[in-house]
Formats: sequence, structure tokens, C-alpha cells
Amino acid sequence: MTRVLIVGAGPAGIRAAETLVKAGLRPVIVDEAARAGGQIYRRPPEGFRRTARTLYGSEAAKAEHLHATFDALVTAGQVEHLPEHSVFALRNGVAHATGPNGLLRLPYDRLILSTGATDRVVPVPGWQSAGVYTLGAAQIALKAQGMALGRRIVLAGSGPLLTLVAAQLVKAGAGVAAVLDTSSYSDQMWGAAGMAAARPWVTLRGLRMRAGLGRLYHAGVRLERIETDANGPVALHWQDARGRWHETPCDAVAMGWHLRAETQLADLAGARFQWSADWAQWLPQTDALGRAGPELYLAGDGVRILGADGAERAGTLAAHAVLEDLGQPASGTAALLRRAARLDRFARAMARAFPWPGAQVRALPDATVLCRCEGITAGELRGTVPMAGAEANRVKSLARVGMGRCQGRYCQLAAAELIAGQAGCAVAQVGRLRGQPPVRPVPIAALLDAPEG
Amino acid sequence: MNGRLLRLAEAERPALSFRFDGEDLVALDGDTVLSAILIHKPRLRQAEFGPEGRAGFCLMGACQDCWIWQEDGPRLRACSTPLRAGMRLRSAPAGDWPA
Ligand code: FES
Repeated sequence: MTRVLIVGAGPAGIRAAETLVKAGLRPVIVDEAARAGGQIYRRPPEGFRRTARTLYGSEAAKAEHLHATFDALVTAGQVEHLPEHSVFALRNGVAHATGPNGLLRLPYDRLILSTGATDRVVPVPGWQSAGVYTLGAAQIALKAQGMALGRRIVLAGSGPLLTLVAAQLVKAGAGVAAVLDTSSYSDQMWGAAGMAAARPWVTLRGLRMRAGLGRLYHAGVRLERIETDANGPVALHWQDARGRWHETPCDAVAMGWHLRAETQLADLAGARFQWSADWAQWLPQTDALGRAGPELYLAGDGVRILGADGAERAGTLAAHAVLEDLGQPASGTAALLRRAARLDRFARAMARAFPWPGAQVRALPDATVLCRCEGITAGELRGTVPMAGAEANRVKSLARVGMGRCQGRYCQLAAAELIAGQAGCAVAQVGRLRGQPPVRPVPIAALLDAPEG
Repeated sequence: MNGRLLRLAEAERPALSFRFDGEDLVALDGDTVLSAILIHKPRLRQAEFGPEGRAGFCLMGACQDCWIWQEDGPRLRACSTPLRAGMRLRSAPAGDWPA
């Protein structure tokens, strides 16, 4: 039987697995979490008691359906689920993973990558301090641990997650000090028109959620700095849309500017990349069903930031592509593609509503820490551009930006923006940091113990 | 400052004791190592390249900001490691344990 390996058990990976099982295959699905579901539908550990309605709000039914689908596949032995495993390298049809029991080799004939996304962040002076987190982190703390990141939290950035996390925290009784959106009302209006045309109800729900935040919410904000003491944040300094300065006392900051596709495994697997102006990042190229190369299929937010609904569709479509390539086409592909096109229009309009704050990044003071892993500043990076030229990989080798333990996940987009600013060119011309194995840290001891292969 | 994190829900779980930098602390079964420490403390560790403390950043295993040490045994990623009773954790490497 054809060995299909799926990396990532979120909405895309689960629907891909389900579709393959229906066609008689038994895929292997590797995931970093202990329980399948992905980030948006992340499940708390066993023994937690809040209802799906409390955890997932209006999306509760979808989350429960997805979880139940997956649990049934596992119980019936129709998939092999490897939780708590990270794939860190791909070579010659073998995925190398680390897990609770050390290294694992996973040979495959076809590979579906549904690796999801992380928050897209930009540096704000002071962000290296303890107590500054991503918006995703605020949501995970609440959903998976029942916790707030602080007693007075400022949420900052832009994108659907900003409003969602704020509303979820307020509802759970957390102290939210302010919700600061760097996107202006006019950008949001243009985007919202396109969003409403593609998905009116979803757009309305978002606007209503936003309205519920009342005076906590501010649009068109410029973030100046996070003031910190030895323990962490004490205030956020910002300028409102009318140019007035504010200082909001806080003990935690959570920030994010929409999402960044997690593409490092796709890169190792040989996918080709293209700069996407809509999402302001490099994204792997695929056909409509998700084919990215021989035996390689991509699905979910790791390819296009369409959100959970889009990821479920994309996962099913990637499985259709696998089946088609195996000579056993599934039915219903055309209808799925039509629905996917609508989600795509919605997502592009949303990306326009909550744009990447490029100008804010270019204006960062030299002393701002750019690489949180190794404390490299914006000024140090700017200083290497005259020597290295405006090319991301050469700047990386001189300034070490992108070489820290996060491997550039949280600095590379801002670094590219700074390089472009310094060189006076477009971000797309700066190029893309090449992915390198291991894409997750692997204990040296594990590698030494590993059998050859 | 007390702990950085605040429990809003799910407090009816069995208690687990553990040790952090020589101090005996208590958290709940189902907490991650990161949650268990930050309920009591403002940080997990000091940054290697700056004066500030660190307390994790992404909570989803992507940023690698939350690695801490055990009194014996390998380092661990606090945001994705469930707390176990009796763990002996440290904010800095013990003695000559390689970082
Ligand atoms: S907080 Fe990012 S990996 Fe743990």
C-alpha cells in the first residue's frame, strides 16, 4: 500500500487523513502536540472541563466535529498517529523526527505538509523582555491552560486574531488594558468590503466582536515602545490616529500582525517559492489542489493563510490530488474548488484590511532588538547591508540574523524589510532565507545515538 | 512581582509539587512546565545575549525561547512539556552540565 505521510494534525491534516482513509489508505500523521486539533482548535490536556462552546465560541461545532473525526480514525486503527513528534529533516523519501523516545525515521511515498502558521510579528522596542508574547500565545494560555498572561494585558498588532483574542480574554474575565490596531480605519473599510462580499456572515461576526470591545479598541495606532523594568513590561507607549501620545500601564503585551506561513519543511522538500504581495511574505507555489512537486502536497495555512475553514478544504483537496495521482480520483473536487475560491477571495481582502506594517519597521530606531534569540539590533543589521548587499542570506551570514534558535521564524520578515529600507529596494528583491535542517532543535545526543540513515 | 500568569479557569485539578531553583512549588496536573513556573515567578530564565529575563514568547514550540534546565537530565522546552510531580527544574545550567 502507498505510504502517505502527513505532517501536522490541524484542520488540514485531519481532513486529508480522513479523505485518504475513505479511499482505503492508512496514512501516518505526525504532530507536535499531544492531542490533535492544531492551533485554532487546540485541545486542552485530558481532565480539563470547559465546554467546547466556552473554548471555541461560534466555531465550537466545527472544532468538535474535527476532533471527533480524528479520534474515530485513530480508534479504528485507520491512521497511525504520532503525537509529540517534530519532523526536523527530509531526505530521499524519509522524514526524520524527534519524539519522546528519541529519533524516528519515517519513509514515505507521498508527503502532505500541513504545518500551519505562526504569528507574524514585528519588533517593537522592548519586545525582548519577559512578559511580551504573541497573540497566539495569549490564546493558547487561555484555551489550553485556562490562564491569562498577566493582570493588565495590552494586545497590539493587527489581523483577525487581535479582535478574537481580545474578545476571548475579556469574556474569560482577564484584565485587558487596551487593544491597539496598527491598521487604519480606511484600510479596514476597503478590506471589509471585499470580505463582506465573499463571506458576509463571518465578516459581520467579526465586526460585532470588535464593537463589543468598545473603548478598549483603537485603530490606526503607532506603537512606540514597551517600557520595562527588571521583571517585564510596565507600560506601552503609543500614538493614536490623531497623533496624540498615550502611555498604557500594563504587565504583559501580546502582539501579532496576522500570520506567517510555516514553510520550512516545504522548503526542504523542494517546493518553489514566490513573493506574495497580498500576504507580504514568501509562499510556496502549488497548483489548485496543492501539488508542489513530485509526491509533494501542501495544505492549510502553511501555503495560504485562509484560516481553519480554508485549511479543512485544502486538506481534503490535497488528499484528492494524492488519490488522483495514484489513479483513483475522488468525486466532488470541482465543488470543493469553487468553495475554496470564495475563501481565497475573503482571505485576500482580509490581508488587505490588516496590512503588514512595513513603514513602522523601516522607522525602527537602531537600538531596537531585531533578533530576539541573540539580541541583534536593527542598527547592527543596517550596518552590514553596505558590505553584504541587499540579499537576505548574505546579511544573515554577516549579521547572524536568522541564525538564532528560532531560525528566523520571528525576525526574517522584519529583517527583509529593514534591508530593503536600507538598500532602497522592494522587499521582494531582498530574497528569502533558505530553510536548513534541522528545522527544529534536535538534541546532539539524539543525533549521536541515531543509526545511520 | 508575583507570578506572571494568572489562573482564570480549570482550577479543580490535582496539585503537583516540583522544585525550581531549589524552591519547592506547587502547580496543577495538566499545567505545562512553563505555566507551572510562571504562576509563581516573573521569568523562566535570564537571556543569554541581554540583561532581560525570558518567559517564553510563542507558547507553541516555534520560538525556542522557553528552554530551561533540569537538575539532572537534558534541557527541556517548557511550553510543550507537561509538568510531572517531583520535577527538579533550574533557570540556569547546573554545575558543568553542558548548555
Ligand atoms: S515559548 Fe516558544 S517554544 Fe516555548
